Amino acid sequence: MKTLPLEVSKPMVVKTKKSVWSKILSQKYLILMSFPFVIWVFVFSYIPIWGWTMAFQNFKPGLSFSQQEWVGLQNFKELFLDHDFYLVMRNTLAMSIMELVAGFLCPIVLAVLLHELKNKYFKRTVQTISYLPHFVSWVVVSGIVIQMLSTDGGVVNQLLMNLHVINKPIEFMGKENWFWSIVTTADVWKEVGWNTIIYLAAIAGIDPQLYEAAKVDGASRFRQIWHITIPGIRTTITILLILSIGNLINIGFEKQMLLGNPLVQSHSNVIQLYALNYGIGLGRYSFGTAVGIFNSVVSIILLFSANRIFKKTTGESVM
Amino acid sequence: MAKRRSALPTNTSDRIFDICNMAFMMIVVVVMLYPFLNVLAISFNTSLDTVKGGITIWPRDFTLENYKKILEYDTLLVGLKNSVLRTVLGTFLGVLCDSMIAYTLSRKDYKARKFVSTFLALTLFFSGGLVPGYMLVRDLQLMNTFWVYILPGMVSVFNIFIIRSFIDNLPISLQESAKLDGANDFVIYWRIILPLCKPVLATVALFIAVGQWNSWFDTYLYNSMSPSLTTLQYELVKILQNTNSTTNANAQSAENIANMVTPESIKMAVTIFVTVPVLVIYPFLQKYFMQGMTLGAVKD
Repeated sequence: MKTLPLEVSKPMVVKTKKSVWSKILSQKYLILMSFPFVIWVFVFSYIPIWGWTMAFQNFKPGLSFSQQEWVGLQNFKELFLDHDFYLVMRNTLAMSIMELVAGFLCPIVLAVLLHELKNKYFKRTVQTISYLPHFVSWVVVSGIVIQMLSTDGGVVNQLLMNLHVINKPIEFMGKENWFWSIVTTADVWKEVGWNTIIYLAAIAGIDPQLYEAAKVDGASRFRQIWHITIPGIRTTITILLILSIGNLINIGFEKQMLLGNPLVQSHSNVIQLYALNYGIGLGRYSFGTAVGIFNSVVSIILLFSANRIFKKTTGESVM
Repeated sequence: MAKRRSALPTNTSDRIFDICNMAFMMIVVVVMLYPFLNVLAISFNTSLDTVKGGITIWPRDFTLENYKKILEYDTLLVGLKNSVLRTVLGTFLGVLCDSMIAYTLSRKDYKARKFVSTFLALTLFFSGGLVPGYMLVRDLQLMNTFWVYILPGMVSVFNIFIIRSFIDNLPISLQESAKLDGANDFVIYWRIILPLCKPVLATVALFIAVGQWNSWFDTYLYNSMSPSLTTLQYELVKILQNTNSTTNANAQSAENIANMVTPESIKMAVTIFVTVPVLVIYPFLQKYFMQGMTLGAVKD
């Protein structure tokens, strides 16, 4: 790296004598190829952040920015005094922690076991099939889940009846206590195969000689997994764990919206649905924005603290 | 390979492990596939028979009636047209924009590289949120237009970084020789970089296409008042949720028919109709997306 600037130092000196304009002109294609998109990103990603000012106003559509009434932290006060907000936070955290644990452990287990398969074709077939649900929309998955869990003819109830675990079908979709588990299971079913890709790539990078040596030493398969495979993918595991902690609160609302129904509302309402219902549904734009800001701030704090903790304890970090 | 394996003693516990593992994988395959096969079977079963329950992976009373019926829904065909259009156009524009900007970011001599790259990376940490995004779309007059499907998600920072890390690994000599031949930066991008990037572009194209095909929320939020802009996924949402929308009192509308006759089989037929295009395409691109996924994630 260091020798390169020395070699080209002569033409560089000539170049610096040229005006700024000629420099811009010489890179005009690069500028034309990137700046339209910089403007695009500014409009679609940065202007909405300016929209955060709405949270501190009593925003009325149609009025100009200077005409809006400023209310300080009024909207946040209202948010923290709202009883529903705590219910929504409980649901959000419960579902996101369940998803973090299950959605994080299952792909690792599946990837490790896939790696242990000796038959290449069988391994590839299992992989292809396990990716399948990832490509299907949540709309379709919700339809499938509701069908599988239905009381008349749903496969889950039939299976449980045939095994004599239950006497009459369970109304899974109508009982609020089931909702968190259903969402988590559906999520694992949809994404587990897809999430193995990255671990399989990391496992592929482990030196095969390590396994050979372990075999010679008479290590069992479980010992090989524990002492070679898992340490080999530890970095990948840590990085993905940090990222998913950062996304803890951003569990989205699609699944909850599609799988939920009025019967289970007390367990299905999550923070983004809450923002959607109040902010857009009821037209309380300022309040909805305040909820969004709360959401963003919490996830940033989570990301940075997870990053910090892991940096201190394991030396791995994403930033 | 086989010789070397047999040279090492395989003991009973190893064999038990292998058998258990195979059995476990079989269960995984069944759990992943059964729901789809079940839905497929129900979609080919007569609706009256479906109500009795007990359909597994084979239709008991085979019929094509359900599919004939759903092809008569006007709203589904409008939805199909819009879904295809947004997928094709959105994917094309997305890949073009993402790769173009990724190329400029891979050029070490580009003076604005640092600025552009930081400007883009910051958006990964912050997002305005639901309400400001909605207000922006409203202020830009994009509500009830087709462009709301294309414009807001056209540039993806995540995809840009995936493509850039791929370009960074290409040999630089090709670019340099083209430069000596007097090619300008756009020509280098178009003639040299793009053809070399095929594997990563296929990955990104698949991501964008699946995202476009599967999205329904933008239709719900921005275009639910314009029946001519509906999409397949949104129609499926309406059918599955059986919402009696007040705006659409048309007796031919899909959800009314789903309510009146044959709910389950019709619902499943629409589900299959919406799902099949994606399922047919992805196995062919598997080789590419596995490469692309690991490129973006393991490296950064």
